[in-house]
Amino acid sequence: MWNFVLSALRAAIPAGTPLLYGTLGEVTAERSGVLNLGVEGMMIVGAVTAFGVTHSTGNIWVGVAAAALMGGSLALVHAFASITLRVNQVISGLALTMLGLGLSGLAGRRYIGTPIGTRLVPLALPGLRDLPVVGSLFFRYDPLVYLAIILVPVLWFIMYKTRWGITLRSVGESPATADAAGINVFLVRYLAVFFGGMMAGVGGAYLSVVYAPAWIEGMTAGAGWIVIALTIFAMWDPVRALLGAYLFGGVRVLQYRLQPLGISPNLLNMLPFAFTILVLLISSGGVLRKRIGAPAALMQPYTREER
Amino acid sequence: MNVPLHVRIQKRLAIPRWLELSTAIFSLLLALAVIAVVFRALGVDPIVAYRKIFRGAFGSLYGLSETTVKAIPLILAGVGLCVAFRARVYNIGAEGQLLIGAISGTGLALAFPDLPAWLLLPGMFFVGFAGGALWASVPALLKARFHVDEVLSSLMMVYIASELVNYLVYGPWKGLSEMGFPYTDKFSASAQLPRLFRTRIHYPTLILGLAVAAVAYVLIHRTKWGFEIRVTGENPPAARYAGMDYLKTALLVMVFSGGLAGLAGVGEVAGIHYRLRYPQGVSPGYGFTAIIVAWLAHLNPLAVIVTALLIGGLLVGGDAIQVALGLPVATIHLFNGVILLFVLGGELFTRYRIRLEWRQE
Repeated sequence: MWNFVLSALRAAIPAGTPLLYGTLGEVTAERSGVLNLGVEGMMIVGAVTAFGVTHSTGNIWVGVAAAALMGGSLALVHAFASITLRVNQVISGLALTMLGLGLSGLAGRRYIGTPIGTRLVPLALPGLRDLPVVGSLFFRYDPLVYLAIILVPVLWFIMYKTRWGITLRSVGESPATADAAGINVFLVRYLAVFFGGMMAGVGGAYLSVVYAPAWIEGMTAGAGWIVIALTIFAMWDPVRALLGAYLFGGVRVLQYRLQPLGISPNLLNMLPFAFTILVLLISSGGVLRKRIGAPAALMQPYTREER
Repeated sequence: MNVPLHVRIQKRLAIPRWLELSTAIFSLLLALAVIAVVFRALGVDPIVAYRKIFRGAFGSLYGLSETTVKAIPLILAGVGLCVAFRARVYNIGAEGQLLIGAISGTGLALAFPDLPAWLLLPGMFFVGFAGGALWASVPALLKARFHVDEVLSSLMMVYIASELVNYLVYGPWKGLSEMGFPYTDKFSASAQLPRLFRTRIHYPTLILGLAVAAVAYVLIHRTKWGFEIRVTGENPPAARYAGMDYLKTALLVMVFSGGLAGLAGVGEVAGIHYRLRYPQGVSPGYGFTAIIVAWLAHLNPLAVIVTALLIGGLLVGGDAIQVALGLPVATIHLFNGVILLFVLGGELFTRYRIRLEWRQE
């Protein structure tokens, strides 16, 4: 039993890592006032890009960087539509997801069934990794897991303790005030959405080059949507994003570990999605009209003329 | 900035019809051009692909009939989404509601195979509507009672519905005569919808869809409830000020659109497959595609009939290039996404007047 719990916990962290990247990105984008429902699409494009580039260069890091760039570029489509053209953010994000699913399917058709040929070596921190329990639980993951963990305090610090953070948050809370204070609202939003896309791309890359590692059409399988829910669950806070992502990683692990007990795999597949609804229910604040911590200008396009 | 020339964007007070139509067509053409570029970049000859799509969808009587077949679920689900989106209630879960409709109809067909067709078929549509509506009522109630965002909750319900279909066709409902396929047994003759001549057009569902589109149009434009839907969507503060109950409206449009998607699901199992199959076998994403259909139609239920036929044609053409060029099923999502983005972007040019002006200093 103890071993079961330990190995489940150990597996939950890599399983939650793509979600963590995605959520950190979406938290940033939404903090600037732009909801991007295209995370699923950006993640899957990140996944196929990382796989393809890693496959041809033999270097995972080049693959991951390319995935970040592709995710970011795709996010710019949404940025242009929602910030400049002021279209409905819900529908535009949805369109981005469809676009990403189609693009990845088309681009990935030659990689189906292809082995990636290289793998990311777990960071072996000498001494630490051999500690009982703690060693296997905390010190035997690949570098991308640690990079995500490091990003959490970094992002938290930037968001709450620096000028950049204040700028970002003010644009999401009250764009007109920020504008009056001389902040370029449009630029900040573009950058935040671009960063969000990059993170989603890396999340997808983690799936295809480290976690799976393989290219499977539609392999994100709803992870991008869970990211959106996690952003709400995290109340737009990077630290809570970490907790949420690993919690969902745990749910995903449970889904596979419970299968041998004779529970239908189809019913177990419902688990993360049912859990998402539950999480939304908890974090939507019950009687409170307004979601706790939601940026006040979320989903509202900014126009100078209609100030 | 010291550029004397600047862009001025003004809201139009009235949107002329011709502008709306020409922008929509122009957006569509532009989208197709962009997709052609993407195709070329990914090693697919766009001219060959487009010719195959057009020939496949509209180039023969068979193609036209298949286009109509695909338009049927798109009309039903799309009309429902028009009503919901008009109230700015984002039901993204039509796909799940459609699947639950299919499950409900199948349940009745398998339980009472000996009922006469005149009783069984309407009964299947009835339970299909109820099932879809019930499935949509979950996100609707979560929104009304707990302010849970309906975009996500309705979408999560799609994944759950899809797994429920899988569970049924691999488990308790697995057909004894289907040789291991994830299908239920074939429906009895009285649970099968009639078809038009030798096509697959199950015309009762088509007629139902056309009627529903007309009813929804009247509902939105000619009734008090429709007025409330429009005000709620276009000017929420005004709706609140007038004492309209937003949550009640949201609940009703969600349930209504879920019910219509459920009807589409019944049409698929009773008119096309005569059995429940694995989820992608019942619907290749009709519920999601219906979102585009509704948006392309500018949320006008009557225009949905036209856009459903257009997108239905694209689906048939998509099947054709899959077979002929060996492209993955997901290719169709590329079309969906790009077209939706361009149509959305094009709306800026209808809603606003854009002018280049010399700044007077």
